[in-house]
Amino acid sequence: MSDFVIIGAGPAGISAANESARYGVKVTLIDENNLPGGQLFTQTHKFFGSREHRAGVRGFQIGYDLIEEIKKLNVDVLLNTIVYGISADMEVKYITEGNSAKSIIAGNILISTGALEKPVVFKGWTKPGVMGAGAAQTMMNVHRVLPGRKVLMIGSGNVGLIVAYQLKQAGADVVGIIEAMPGIGGYKVHASKVRRIGIPILTSYTIKEAKGSTQVSSAVIVGVDKNLREIPGTEDEVKCDLICIAAGLKPFDELCWLLNLKFKYIGELGGFVPVHNDNLETSMENIYVAGDVAGVEEASTAMEEGRLAGVTVAQKLGYISDSQAGKLKGKIKNRLKYLRLGSFGRKRAEGKKKLTYK
Amino acid sequence: MRNKIKGKISNDSDAGIITLDEFKKIPGYPEDDDFSRGPIAVIECDQDIPCNPCEEICKYGAIKVGKPITNLPVLNAEKCRGCLKCITICPGLCIFVVYRDYTDKTSLIYIPYEFSPLPEKNTCVDVLNRRGEKICKGFIRKVIKLAGCNKTFVIGMEIPKRFYNTARHFKF
Amino acid sequence: MRIKNHPILEDLKNRKKVYITVNGRKVEAYEGEPIAAAMYAAGIRVHRITPKYNEPRGIFCNRGRCTDCIMKVDGKPNVRTCTALVKNGMKVESIKGMGDWSE
Repeated sequence: MSDFVIIGAGPAGISAANESARYGVKVTLIDENNLPGGQLFTQTHKFFGSREHRAGVRGFQIGYDLIEEIKKLNVDVLLNTIVYGISADMEVKYITEGNSAKSIIAGNILISTGALEKPVVFKGWTKPGVMGAGAAQTMMNVHRVLPGRKVLMIGSGNVGLIVAYQLKQAGADVVGIIEAMPGIGGYKVHASKVRRIGIPILTSYTIKEAKGSTQVSSAVIVGVDKNLREIPGTEDEVKCDLICIAAGLKPFDELCWLLNLKFKYIGELGGFVPVHNDNLETSMENIYVAGDVAGVEEASTAMEEGRLAGVTVAQKLGYISDSQAGKLKGKIKNRLKYLRLGSFGRKRAEGKKKLTYK
Repeated sequence: MRNKIKGKISNDSDAGIITLDEFKKIPGYPEDDDFSRGPIAVIECDQDIPCNPCEEICKYGAIKVGKPITNLPVLNAEKCRGCLKCITICPGLCIFVVYRDYTDKTSLIYIPYEFSPLPEKNTCVDVLNRRGEKICKGFIRKVIKLAGCNKTFVIGMEIPKRFYNTARHFKF
Repeated sequence: MRIKNHPILEDLKNRKKVYITVNGRKVEAYEGEPIAAAMYAAGIRVHRITPKYNEPRGIFCNRGRCTDCIMKVDGKPNVRTCTALVKNGMKVESIKGMGDWSE
């Protein structure tokens, strides 16, 4: 039996664990990987935001700090542990590191399993050497192995732009970033730093084929019109041994589907998102979502949502008073509001509004 | 089959490049007179992203973002000392310090640099513009590791003066 | 290729070198890293062949979700090599299709 079972120890899950355990909640934090931190450890760039959002600090450093906080609190951390189901009466079923099937009854559950990369399907996409941009990022930033020497990046959102820059830092030659839309998807400052180091960006281009016998040795790109249809005669073949797909993320919400939670399709947030109220409780009582699984945003919003879920559960269990909870939640919601400002944030804020389930 | 992409490379605005004319419209972008006073920060940031570490780090109060933090940073040229700190904290790596009148014929451009190996002082380099195109030759005159820069080093490259508004990176 | 002197990340220190075999070939690895990382460092990117069309497959998601990287590890089939960590003396083999549990 656990007061609060948190599934997924990325920025949202760890923040929820810290923000509830510090008030006395008995927390079980579960992750299928052998290290907590989620995608934070793949991030070598400095974060945006304000001081409270750890602006100017590199993602992986924030990861280390969050883990230090957990160590000081009495949180039960289960790593290399896969949650394969949750029953309607709050039984969390999992497979342990030693391969036995166990379960735990939870008073409250937070699903903070993050997001998955969306694939782009094209001829030859299954060849070795075609992988997600996040996959390449993990290989170089976590395992310190260069995933390829000549790279074509598909997608000019922030992930595509940043990973292209990081590939160059790691020693790869990035032959270009192609983007099917007429303009880039990510921040101009990311595009600027990528352009001035010599990486071309081609908009209104898509990938037609990955060629190679046992692995990728070249890519055929082709121009597209405003309806994203290929323009014959604009094909160009370029040598490369790595094709990274950075075509967006979608919530990793299989456990939510298993629980039969209510969903809504919100394109701006990555796809089907479990509906939740503004305290992150889903359509099922005592089940919460936070972070990218609740709508794809950023690590900073994931941390704040994790904190919000943590405070909500601590309040529900009586570890903090209603007025104390009110103050804490107010501060967190205010910080979330700031993170969702501006032309990029506004779309996400609107998406979140559409999700709110009363 | 090529080693380089030959397809139509996007024009600046589609591909996210801000042109110099657009920068000059940003409040706080230094005027001609400002450049004559010494090294001055040039903040090439024109999107409403919630972000303000440049304002926080400047101990001369020369950068103002205010609230909400999606406001663009505005430089107060008179207060700027060209101390280089803002270059190292900007998550977008879009702040430069331009010393237009370094010598009679040359300028010194300080840029953020996060690659290895670092160049040696006095190395001759190809100087690149915002599009990564080579525009001239230059020399590395400063290789600076400020305390607390957290691996964002600052390189000072000496270039022919007429390129002070366009030189923003180098290759060696 | 293993990355040395990364401009941001410190070199990983105190990692014990171990050896695994991949389809009979001896491959250098470091304790604590997944099998796929050691294979990539050695230039091996083909993990398996599909049963119907004999197509080469390798890592795609690199986080244990897509299962394109599965191989037989110490006799056990369908092990996701992007998350399974190396052990000294580990025997890693390509499988065609889903492997055979009866072995």
